[in-house]
Amino acid sequence: MSELRDIARTGLWENNPALVQLLGLCPLLAVSGTVTNALGLGLATTFVMVGANLTVSLIRDQIRDELRIPVYVLVIASLVTAVELLMHAYRHDLYKVLGIFIPLIVTNCAIIARVESFAAKNRPLPAAWDGLMMGLGFTAVLVLLGAMREALGQGTLLSRLDLLLGPAFRDLEIVLAEDYRGFLLAILPPGAFFGLALLVAAKNVIDQRRARRTRETAPQGDVAEAPSSL
Amino acid sequence: MSLPPHLHTPSSPHIHAPTSVARLMLTVVIALTPAAIAHVWYFGWGLPIQTLIALIFALGGEALMLRLRRRPLTPYLLDGSALVTAVLLAFSLPPYAPWWIAALGALFAIVVVKQLYGGLGYNPFNPAMAAYAMLLISFPQEMTTWALPKVIGGPDLDPLQALDLILFGHAPTTMDALSGATPLDLVKTQLAQDITLGETFSEYAHLFGDFSGRGIEWIGNWILLGGLFLLYKRAIAWQIPLAMLGSLFAIALVFYLADPDSYPSPLFHVFSGAALFGAFFIATDPVSAATTPKGRLIYGAGIGILTYVIRTWGGYPDGVAFAVLLMNMAAPTIDHYTRPRVFGHAPKD
Repeated sequence: MSELRDIARTGLWENNPALVQLLGLCPLLAVSGTVTNALGLGLATTFVMVGANLTVSLIRDQIRDELRIPVYVLVIASLVTAVELLMHAYRHDLYKVLGIFIPLIVTNCAIIARVESFAAKNRPLPAAWDGLMMGLGFTAVLVLLGAMREALGQGTLLSRLDLLLGPAFRDLEIVLAEDYRGFLLAILPPGAFFGLALLVAAKNVIDQRRARRTRETAPQGDVAEAPSSL
Repeated sequence: MSLPPHLHTPSSPHIHAPTSVARLMLTVVIALTPAAIAHVWYFGWGLPIQTLIALIFALGGEALMLRLRRRPLTPYLLDGSALVTAVLLAFSLPPYAPWWIAALGALFAIVVVKQLYGGLGYNPFNPAMAAYAMLLISFPQEMTTWALPKVIGGPDLDPLQALDLILFGHAPTTMDALSGATPLDLVKTQLAQDITLGETFSEYAHLFGDFSGRGIEWIGNWILLGGLFLLYKRAIAWQIPLAMLGSLFAIALVFYLADPDSYPSPLFHVFSGAALFGAFFIATDPVSAATTPKGRLIYGAGIGILTYVIRTWGGYPDGVAFAVLLMNMAAPTIDHYTRPRVFGHAPKD
């Protein structure tokens, strides 16, 4: 069981695809204008990550080494096509908002990185779990960034959530400030870069504080776990 | 064995000028003073009030960041760089913009553009111009509402009225009647409607002086004078303003000669908007500009050409701020390729 817990901690925090690996930045920066968009893209990416990891892990012994990258891309592309068709059918408004970024999930290097470095070497259950945790880690950062940019940029939170979850959620929108003039920079691309930089900095500060605290409580100098590298 | 103190001779140089960051910054502020007085003459008390607001927030932001970064407060707060940033920012703002514009701009310039990159000397971008670009992108309405100069019916407010307007938005008469398009803005919108320059100049004759906007061009003259003072004091390098204004003039001349009805004269370009101000006070920022002699020529020429391109074919009426930021990005590369030959070494072939 501790293996699964390690995978979860790695995916959600220590090797978070967005904050540590800094992979898949294109959709992360482009679609994090509002919480709704961020959540939509994050869930779609998570779904593809779980599916791709599981599939590749199941067929990992059949793939010839020389052909593995094309096979991975085919697996990912099929899953993305499925997601795209599903969104087209059931969440058409959100599909229109996210636009090109749904098919572009294929090129999200965070997905192929997990497939190559984890799923191709592990059993199906841990592989699928790793995909889920990495996907959720990515989604969490995406949603947090979306919330920051939406709050600062237009003074609301959870606006148009009905696009994603259905009409029942239309009234969930929180207006933080009436007559807010809007801070356009937060919505525009520079806001995404500033926001992500702040989140990465915040994560590093938290890690440093933690490391210092472990050093203080255990003066034997046992090193804080380094994030597993790719 | 050590010599007695009166025989101890330090290594060369033996004669040196007591320059310091604070002295250099003070020189810049002195050079800007005539233009500031002209600004008050033409636009009223907006500029000093904006400078004060920007200065308060710049110093506040700097103190906060220095504390967070555990650096000593006094030497950095008193080096005058925050004052220069505040003055440069205030010069670029509309004189009666609401107070939070100057406050936000000053905080952004100091906290994000300067201190987050490591403080004075480490910032790759000019703080005042980065803040201006941020404000222009985020608040287009506030940032483009320029008051008319007083000589052509702009607002004539006493200091208290100006303060009331900036802090609380209480205008004695409605500001819309008193604000108008700047010459660059007007030329751009008119050209977009297929109105020739000749028609524009005759229809709005009261707005234009000898080369550019009335009042505005006179502030330009005082800026030029301040710039020459900086050159005389060797506070800035001559290559950057010369290359910037020269390239702006040259490229404007080519298009003007080809089609004077669609492209304003080179003098109009030099005396409009932020061209002179940018050439002498912004582009010459010793931290974010290129530093080799040849590199400075390339850097300045790049700003001049980009300014013309953005003004003529871009979305904004003026392009000095964006041109400076773009060339700031290029400055390290320019320096890399224009390093002068090391004395005593053979030239590389």
